[in-house]
Amino acid sequence: METLERIISQHQFFSGLDPSYVGLLVSCASNQRFKAGSYIFKEGSEANEFYLVRSGKVALELFAPQRTPIVVETLSEGEILGWSWLLPPYFWKFHAHAVQDTAAIALDGKCLRTKCEENHDLGYELLKRFARIVAVRLEATRFQLLDVYSAK
Amino acid sequence: MSAVAKLDSMLPQPHEVRQVTRETPDTFTLTLQPPKGVDGNAFLPGQFSMLWVFGVGELPISISGDPAVPDRLIYTVRSVGQATHALVSQKAGGGVGVRGPFGTGWPIDAARGRDVIVVAGGIGLAPLRPVIYHVLRNRNQYGRLIVLYGARSPRDLLYRKELANWARQQDTQVLTTVDYGGIAWHGHVGVVTTLFKYARLQPARSVAMICGPEIMMRFVTRELETHGLKRADIYLSMERNMKCAVGFCGHCQYGPHFICKDGPVFPYESIRPLLEKYEL
Repeated sequence: METLERIISQHQFFSGLDPSYVGLLVSCASNQRFKAGSYIFKEGSEANEFYLVRSGKVALELFAPQRTPIVVETLSEGEILGWSWLLPPYFWKFHAHAVQDTAAIALDGKCLRTKCEENHDLGYELLKRFARIVAVRLEATRFQLLDVYSAK
Repeated sequence: MSAVAKLDSMLPQPHEVRQVTRETPDTFTLTLQPPKGVDGNAFLPGQFSMLWVFGVGELPISISGDPAVPDRLIYTVRSVGQATHALVSQKAGGGVGVRGPFGTGWPIDAARGRDVIVVAGGIGLAPLRPVIYHVLRNRNQYGRLIVLYGARSPRDLLYRKELANWARQQDTQVLTTVDYGGIAWHGHVGVVTTLFKYARLQPARSVAMICGPEIMMRFVTRELETHGLKRADIYLSMERNMKCAVGFCGHCQYGPHFICKDGPVFPYESIRPLLEKYEL
């Protein structure tokens, strides 16, 4: 069985990270499993962790009254779920719904926030990585908003 | 070109509608057959025909069928206006005029021996389907086939059974996504570029063929270049208001090109500067 240390150190998201930080991350990490159909988190609840998806599929749902929920994105193996833990006021903006049985490594955001405040080098490394994810997803969202396949 | 050939290319040949199949709420596939005793015109994957709905008008439509079966011309048409509505409302036994095939095809010769990456958005899968048929029919001549397909929503996905069938073929990876999913959809959700992270690409030995809305193609070319594909190995199918289909009328002029005659398939390098021009 793979150890958390091995998984985290080999994960693309942490590629190039100083090995001395891996131990810090592992101390905030835990394995978690979510049954298909269950919610990993819900919009408006406290965002105190993020996840490395190891297997399965997670849908990010947007809820609007009197409408069926809209899935705006799905995340699968190897992807990072959640960045609301990083920015105040630390509340989730979407529902995260496991659409398949999903295994993930949860990283405790509260724990990491404290460590990032204590160690700004670690904080900068994490922020660089999350900024890249945010930028890629922002571009994808802009593309999505163009609704390029609609009949116009 | 002889005068007779020029005349022929302007003269619609009556074809019989054999079948009309509904693909999505607004998109239909028509199967046409030439009259008895007349051979179908061979076509290259990526070429288009001009389809004449008698009494209504003429439309440029990409051929979406198997190039190995030219006597069954297949077209997938989205009903968005009067002429396309009249075309998809045809019944079996009805008649449609056909001119063509016209234009350039996908680079099936240049792709021989290499991986083929097909990236389609919306109805853009239709002009690429003949390439997929061709690669699967000539499997030992090509490397891996990777199909990345994005549609607006699950109900807008074309050729769903075929997509599932292609995904089961050897050395073939088919990834499908929708821009917006409902809760009943358990497939991937996200724009077509989000599929690249799941694709097993070997950029140095691949040729990419893209068809979809122009904005989508711009995003996809950027993504392909980010993944290491050379510009020279990327091809796009362009769309403009084609009328005569032989480069006379100028309706489909695109910079120095006529889409009907010099395209619709272009090497990315040759049209890249034009893609960024707002006026075109």
